[in-house]
Amino acid sequence: MKQEVKLKCHKIMGGYGEGEALVSKEPICFYLTDPKTGRVREKGHQLEGKSVAGKVLVFSSGKASSVVQIDGLFKLASEKMAPQAMIVRDVETVLVVSAVIAKVPLVDKLEKDPFAMISTGDFVKVDANEGIVSIRKKA
Amino acid sequence: MHLTKDEERILEGESGEGMQKAMELLVAIGDALDAPRLIEVSRAHAASSGQEGDLYFVELLAKGGATCKVPTTTNPVYDMECFDKLFKISRQESDVARRVKESYKQIGAMLSWCCTPYITENIPMYGENVSFSESSATPFVNSVIGARTNREAAQSALAAGVIGKTPEYGLYFDENRKGTMLVKVAATLKDEFDYSLLGQHVGKQIRYGIPVFTGISRRPTTEDLINLCAMLNTSAAVSMLHMPGITVEAPSVEAAFGDNHPQDKITVTERELEQTQEELQTGSGKIDLVQFGCPHYTLKQVVDVARQLKGKKIHKDVAFWVCTSATALFLAKRMGYVDIIEKAGGHIVADTCIDMTCWNRFKDKTGMTDSPKCAYYRRFKDVIVARSSDCIKAAIKGEWK
Repeated sequence: MKQEVKLKCHKIMGGYGEGEALVSKEPICFYLTDPKTGRVREKGHQLEGKSVAGKVLVFSSGKASSVVQIDGLFKLASEKMAPQAMIVRDVETVLVVSAVIAKVPLVDKLEKDPFAMISTGDFVKVDANEGIVSIRKKA
Repeated sequence: MHLTKDEERILEGESGEGMQKAMELLVAIGDALDAPRLIEVSRAHAASSGQEGDLYFVELLAKGGATCKVPTTTNPVYDMECFDKLFKISRQESDVARRVKESYKQIGAMLSWCCTPYITENIPMYGENVSFSESSATPFVNSVIGARTNREAAQSALAAGVIGKTPEYGLYFDENRKGTMLVKVAATLKDEFDYSLLGQHVGKQIRYGIPVFTGISRRPTTEDLINLCAMLNTSAAVSMLHMPGITVEAPSVEAAFGDNHPQDKITVTERELEQTQEELQTGSGKIDLVQFGCPHYTLKQVVDVARQLKGKKIHKDVAFWVCTSATALFLAKRMGYVDIIEKAGGHIVADTCIDMTCWNRFKDKTGMTDSPKCAYYRRFKDVIVARSSDCIKAAIKGEWK
């Protein structure tokens, strides 16, 4: 088994979540996911057709109006289809509110570039309370 | 973020669970965005939406005993008395919207149910720190009035309204209010429709930042600026703009940019505006619905519509709706214009957003609107976007060619 890498990060919404990483360099609008399956249904999106449910979502930033963004993540969480945790590179107000309302652990300021450190399929633990992200690369 | 003793006590729940949840949200935002402290705000606007995420938070706060500390207005949901009867909407279907309305009442918000409260009931002054969500509201109060707010969500604005404070970051600081992008307008902007197209086009080019518009030949009206702000902050995340010689914090181009060097320059000609309008179209021919009022029509716009409809008849197959504020509706009624619109076969309604379940009966239909934002959020299938006078002509004919 490959060694686990531990990195410091900055807590935004507390909690703990672990799972397979799903990485998107493109911004994400949670309203454009299907709340019943967690699948991204935004046409042409890097993650189109992939499900965010149960994953550790690693992405560049949120996008779209506050109303739809928050409602989108809230609906995913209500259907138990939200990510286990989220690691974001650029945070703004609406994404913070979305994570708090939907109670999804969210961190930023990973001490190294998240896109260089994490690939889709890696196993990632996010301990937002302690500010630690642990990464085990997939075999 | 540093908290005072009083603020910490609220966070620990000494002022009740509602206040605690509001404070938790403000602290999460402040910590995330490196705010040094909370600062007082004098008013707020919550972009309530009648959707589930919105309902969850306002109920949480209201049931937890929170009350708005500073004047906090609300966004439109829909006029139930009007639509439930007319469209036979079931109680189950209207449940979320009804509970949202009850909760905002319980929490002591000012029930404007209007997305442009900054020209009616909730008008900040220059330099005032406020917390305003809603696409047109955030850039309008920052740019046109010179009050200060970040790009808030409904929930963070409501939390600020309840606590009377917000984290100090972003646009509360002078240095973050300077232009980042130069937009040279080489087109003649005739009315608010052209400003909508300008906002839509520029938003798609820049995605974020503070654009500085030059080359504006005619002084814009309130309606022009409302629509420019709405579209910029829908097609992009734009919390502020400058128009040298017109908006308050930009006496000149140099002042608008301060120490910033514009990263980019965009030139907009009539061709780009025409293309933008073209790109929005998905339908043509027979129309089923004309929808005005996204953002809410001002009294002036209502009067313009009524004057064009005077003595005319809207085609029997076209549903014609104007959404406006309660204040404008009241005055339009007094002035006899509601009568004119209704005699022509149209409807005018307050408290109502175009993005609500009450419009679902049009989901397979073709709608026409003067608002690119309405086209984006539309609750109907195909859309035609055109100047309001063209929409009115099409409503009378029953088709657009």
